[in-house]
Amino acid sequence: MSHSQTGAVGAHNAKVMNRFDLTKRVVDKLKREEAVIGGIGNANFDLWACGQRPQNFYMLGSMGLTIPIALGVAIAQPKRHVIALEGDGSLLMQLGCLATVAMLRPANLTIVLWDNGLYQITGSQTTASATTADLVAIARGAGIADAAWAADEDDFDRLVAAALKDGGPSLIAARIDGKPAVATTDRDPVQIRERFMHGLGVKG
Amino acid sequence: MIRETALNLVDSSMTDNQTRAAPQKEGAWHETVLATLKSNNVKLITYVPDKVLTPLIKALHADDFFTTFATTREEEALGIVAGAWMGGMRGAVLVQTSGFATLPNALASLAVPCQIPALLFVSERGTLGEFNLGQAMVCKTMRPVLDALGLENHTITRQDELAFILDRSIKQAVATQAPVAFILSPLLTGGKVFAQ
Ligand SMILES: Cc1ncc(C[n+]2csc(CCOP(=O)(O)OP(=O)(O)O)c2C)c(N)n1
Repeated sequence: MSHSQTGAVGAHNAKVMNRFDLTKRVVDKLKREEAVIGGIGNANFDLWACGQRPQNFYMLGSMGLTIPIALGVAIAQPKRHVIALEGDGSLLMQLGCLATVAMLRPANLTIVLWDNGLYQITGSQTTASATTADLVAIARGAGIADAAWAADEDDFDRLVAAALKDGGPSLIAARIDGKPAVATTDRDPVQIRERFMHGLGVKG
Repeated sequence: MIRETALNLVDSSMTDNQTRAAPQKEGAWHETVLATLKSNNVKLITYVPDKVLTPLIKALHADDFFTTFATTREEEALGIVAGAWMGGMRGAVLVQTSGFATLPNALASLAVPCQIPALLFVSERGTLGEFNLGQAMVCKTMRPVLDALGLENHTITRQDELAFILDRSIKQAVATQAPVAFILSPLLTGGKVFAQ
């Protein structure tokens, strides 16, 4: 059993990793047309940089709504696994959604949290998770029992592989560095939404 | 394909006049709302509660055609319905006037630009006998915001117009890929009266 499965890795013990590298690790594991929702800013930019899968939705606004959007997809398509990639500042804005996810217990939902302790894209002001707030503890307190810090890249790989088996909901938190995203998403909301729906087999 | 299925569920033999001529006087407003959601295959209901909406919320929970649950914020409710639409399931958000006031960012940066036909039901507080100044002020912000967003909206005051407005507007929202707001007036619902 890894440290994170026992909940023994606190945020302060987790290795600081890189969002683009970890995003690639997530995308590389997707073999069943899983849906991925990339949160505002860097989360969706790095998702875009990993290759534009038709099952990706890139959020251009609506800060904090990555997890609710992913939950909606998970409810509509219970046979498809859905992954939300969200930043710490964004999650702090909409913490209540963790309680809703826990209450509904969607087995097909995984939340991946990028915790850089920053509102990076708006000028790298620090978030409460840089010092005092432990977002994994908050998720567990909200009722998501399967919430863990990834100790390092190998642990992250293990946690993601386990989460994709539809035993969720689960939350995987990664401490990440302050490097900016490696690319920028083309900002065409209608095209993004239409491609995503095609990718989910809903239209066309 | 999901759209077509849903559209087929609606009785196409019903003309405008028949709809108008068949006011469900005996049925309560919330029964009409529930029936119209069902006939339009709107299955997901997210809400932040409101006293006036209670009979509707209760009836939706009791009917397993619907997936109905409360969220912690109205934005969250809208985000979930937006995701569900993209996944092929129609949804509606139930809020109070004050709850609508928390939604402009999510409407302007998600539902409107992405062309997602979210259905919003707003129980109108703040008018026709309001006793809380805060509610009255919030109410004044609602229609200017809807207009600024160019968001289709209807204030519904009469039971005999309810089914027609809802049914037609849900179909329009889907066909034009645009959200729509239904403001349920105290004239329809009875509203909330001052507690002595
Ligand atoms: C409602 C709202 N408030 C503020 C902003 C401005 N804003 C955009 S992204 C962002 C920071 C996001 O932080 P986080 O989710 O931690 O991601 P990071 O930038 O660190 O990658 C802020 C404050 C916004 N877009 N919407």
